[in-house]
Amino acid sequence: MTLQGKVHKYGADVDTDVIIPARYLNVSDADLLAEHCMEDIDPEFRERKREGDMIVATSNFGCGSSREHAPLAIKASGISCVIAYSFARIFFRNAINIGLPLLECPEAVDSCEAGDILEVDLSRGEITNTTRGTTFTAKPYPEFMMGIINAGGLVEHTKRRLEGNQS
Amino acid sequence: MATVSEKIIAAHAGRDSVSPGDFANVACDIVMANDITGPLSIKEFNKLGVDRVFDPKKVVMVPDHFIPAKDINSAIQAKAIREFSREQGCVYYETGRAGIEHVLLPQEGLVGPGQVVIGADSHTCTYGALGAFATGMGSTDIAIAMATGDIWMKVPHTIKFVFNGKLQPWVGGKDIILHIIGDIGIDGALYAAMEFHGDAIHALEMDGRFTIANMAIEAGAKTGLFPVDEKTEAYLSAHPSKWGCSYKSYETDSDSDYSRIIEYDAASIEPTVAFPHLPSNTKKVSEAGDVSIDQVVIGSCTNGRMSDLQVAASLLKDRKVHPNVRCIVIPGSQKVYSDALDEGLLKTFMDAGAVVSTPTCGPCLGGYMGILAPGERCVSTTNRNFVGRMGSPQSEVYLAGPAVAAASAVTGRISGPAEVSSTREVAAR
Repeated sequence: MTLQGKVHKYGADVDTDVIIPARYLNVSDADLLAEHCMEDIDPEFRERKREGDMIVATSNFGCGSSREHAPLAIKASGISCVIAYSFARIFFRNAINIGLPLLECPEAVDSCEAGDILEVDLSRGEITNTTRGTTFTAKPYPEFMMGIINAGGLVEHTKRRLEGNQS
Repeated sequence: MATVSEKIIAAHAGRDSVSPGDFANVACDIVMANDITGPLSIKEFNKLGVDRVFDPKKVVMVPDHFIPAKDINSAIQAKAIREFSREQGCVYYETGRAGIEHVLLPQEGLVGPGQVVIGADSHTCTYGALGAFATGMGSTDIAIAMATGDIWMKVPHTIKFVFNGKLQPWVGGKDIILHIIGDIGIDGALYAAMEFHGDAIHALEMDGRFTIANMAIEAGAKTGLFPVDEKTEAYLSAHPSKWGCSYKSYETDSDSDYSRIIEYDAASIEPTVAFPHLPSNTKKVSEAGDVSIDQVVIGSCTNGRMSDLQVAASLLKDRKVHPNVRCIVIPGSQKVYSDALDEGLLKTFMDAGAVVSTPTCGPCLGGYMGILAPGERCVSTTNRNFVGRMGSPQSEVYLAGPAVAAASAVTGRISGPAEVSSTREVAAR
């Protein structure tokens, strides 16, 4: 599966409070949450982003609370994947569980600027910056996690397990 | 040879041993969610085609974040977990008989040593103070565990933090954990388990240990564990297991099992403040400079326990909250509220000119009950000071323990307790 989109670039420690401020957590509908995604760090994000765009950041993306509303808001904003140096652990599992692709690739992060166009081949973990003509390979997922990703998220993965069909 | 975390995970995964980096399916002793994360968990649970939770005694729902309901949508979310709990027979604590989840669960005897506890709240790591492997997850993870009783985990490596010597007066658990986070950074323990050891840790009362374990997540950790000692045992005797569980305590075999050992001189730690907008942006209060403030919040799952209120009250007794400051005190549970009433602490707060609120997470995450306007500054005993955490993205939160918070309420600027009181009326914890 190949994703293509424009880069929205951020620095380190992008926390869940700026991804989706808690003052909007009195609902859990992803489309309603998406209306406020990144609001406190990038008020123009909502108007600027387009379907398929990518969020690129440095270290510890998604730190802070366990709110699954954060990856849900990003996914419902049309963001196709997040590329970072590293991710905070709860955000990482939440994103995998709900089917928001994450890639760890510091070289790809360092070599791109906001507005660049990236192409991502998820199955190969390949990130191509078509604006600059460079290609990088992200850190591969452990086999266990690929099982969840291939099932389409943890709910489907568990349903198969409960039905006794887990490979 | 293994660490406490590895031993607990292995015991709950039906394996002889596990190593850092291994994946394991782990049986859960308690699975928890709240009024913000619970509704999403219930939605995902309902997709699984399972009728009942795996064990209603082990599934706990606590309305605490926007409770008592701050608006119609919050009331709808609270209703969702209330109705699910009734239908499933889950453990549920209604407003007026509840409190903030991480103050409530230990107090109610729902968590103990050697257990695996997962919660759809990042501060679930609080129960590491009792020697439980406790960690926060998202709503979908919790939904799966509600149905199956187990969840996948990646086994963390363990970092040992040793505090040698004796703490100074007024220095407590919050100062210790802020000191650590200031030292290693907010991803300094990413994917790791933290273990806390040393004379100063052994001397620390349980409330201070809860504060430290609570903020392990602020260093990126999966959990933060304390050894089980006579203070833990005394706490467990006073708060016996609700379900008559017999707990098992574990010890790490040797220092060689740790990925890293970091030692500190406990006596060198001073009352500490984390400046905006990261918990790692710490300064000694003596080096904070002249920072005027508009609000003080004393409470939360981090510092809303009885000894936190005792420390704050000792500084506010016979003193007044500064004319430019609103001081909001939020006992962490109905029991803490009631005990503080019996001890006269609430009267002390009210006489000083503070507001005393019913237990709620409220302002900590910018929900309600103390939201900040643009340009306002708050000294808060809560756990995060990210942009917009307590309200306007143009407001500022300074994290501190109850002693610094109470002293600052009196002076109207960030202040250490020694500035307000020449004597240490009660032991800081």
